[in-house]
Amino acid sequence: MSKSIGKILVILRKDLISEARTRDVAASVLIFALLVIVIFNFAFEPGGETTKLVAPGILWVAITFAGVLSFNRSFVLEKENGCLEGLKLCPINKEIIYLGKMLGSLLFLLIVEIIIFPIFSVLFNLPLFMPKVALIAVLATVGLVSVGILFSALSVHTKAREILLPILFFPVCAPVIIAAVEATGMVLQGEALGSLSSWLQIMAVFDVVFVVVSVLIFEFVIEE
Amino acid sequence: MVDKEDRVTRNNDFTIEVHGVTKSFGYHLVLRGIDLQLKRGEFLAIFGRNGAGKTTFLKVLATLLKPSSGSVRLAGLDLNDNSMEIQRKIGVVSHQTFLYDELTAYENLRFYGRMYDVPDLEERIHELLAKVGLTSRIHDRVRTLSRGMQQRLAIARAMVHDPSILLLDEPETGLDQYASAMLRELLVTFDAEERTVVMTTHSLERGLQMGNRTVILSKGRIAYEGSNKDLNLTELQEIYRRYTGAGQ
Repeated sequence: MSKSIGKILVILRKDLISEARTRDVAASVLIFALLVIVIFNFAFEPGGETTKLVAPGILWVAITFAGVLSFNRSFVLEKENGCLEGLKLCPINKEIIYLGKMLGSLLFLLIVEIIIFPIFSVLFNLPLFMPKVALIAVLATVGLVSVGILFSALSVHTKAREILLPILFFPVCAPVIIAAVEATGMVLQGEALGSLSSWLQIMAVFDVVFVVVSVLIFEFVIEE
Repeated sequence: MVDKEDRVTRNNDFTIEVHGVTKSFGYHLVLRGIDLQLKRGEFLAIFGRNGAGKTTFLKVLATLLKPSSGSVRLAGLDLNDNSMEIQRKIGVVSHQTFLYDELTAYENLRFYGRMYDVPDLEERIHELLAKVGLTSRIHDRVRTLSRGMQQRLAIARAMVHDPSILLLDEPETGLDQYASAMLRELLVTFDAEERTVVMTTHSLERGLQMGNRTVILSKGRIAYEGSNKDLNLTELQEIYRRYTGAGQ
């Protein structure tokens, strides 16, 4: 068990070093998310009632689309020089590869959210600095990443992977996106944590189901 | 009744045992019943035209592809039941390096070393880098190395866990003459350590020079198999032409 965790961390470390040196994904994902937020900021009056209604949707659309960009890159990196084959040759359970890649993407997307949320909050004049929002963000991000990484591995061998990934990803992730938007909207309306529970439960169940299913089927997904 | 101990010994007589292996992708049959046995220390060169099934066969041996039928045993272990143990015993060098461009030579070897649980990893990394002549480039990122250097580093990567079986899939692709010669020299050095080597190549000359056995694959079948002893290049070229229809 501890050996497996060690190997997950080795893969995570490798991805973090690569990203820290190139900043390929970080730059494009951050710029994309910021652009979406800024463009919509011009379209809606900050702090208005309509803004309060549409803001959660804008926020999660920005994060989800930015996530798709980063998921696309996640396995493309492994495809260069045949590194995925190198990983598949390692004497490890193949779900370790999935968990290592997933952890890297999760960390990365959470960092993007830490940067995006305050900017969004200032631009739209909405209070997002609440533990409830943090909880929603973590639950939603785990769900998005668990599915995104699985489909990234699935689509990496195809020529049309940039198109295939979102086509597979969005329908499957619809429940978690809807739950995140609804729960964020309720927080902005001043609802208590208890009233969010059904949306939080949907996200939690989604997370557990997709992490478990992905771990179970990952070996077949990366098979040639 | 066969004693268990005897059975293990007998199984271990051959490092690689392949019986009736077929592999199909959908309706396309790529390997059509391969039978092959290799003893420890043998160096097998596999030739064949493009699409003959060389790479597919090597991928089956490397555990990257599961055979559609037939059995494969490596180091006495069945491929279907012991893929992880087998992976500890094989090293693969391909025309792709399996190296991360943004990591340094040292970081790449450390990454793979940790994945293979290599003991005394630091020492092993320095020993391998010295062997492949890359000590001075230890902290350089892979993308700054020449293609020849990257391929030498790929050999070090494949050897990091000291495998007893080495699988080489056209390792000289894309290398110039000097880099090719250096690579051959390196492979001979590593081969001298009593490893079993299987190499696919398009170069009859190199295969004949390095291997002690030859197999020619044609349309997914072994069309020719023989020892390299007393075989010269002209004869091999003639055999190759005869069994593959090359040049016709």
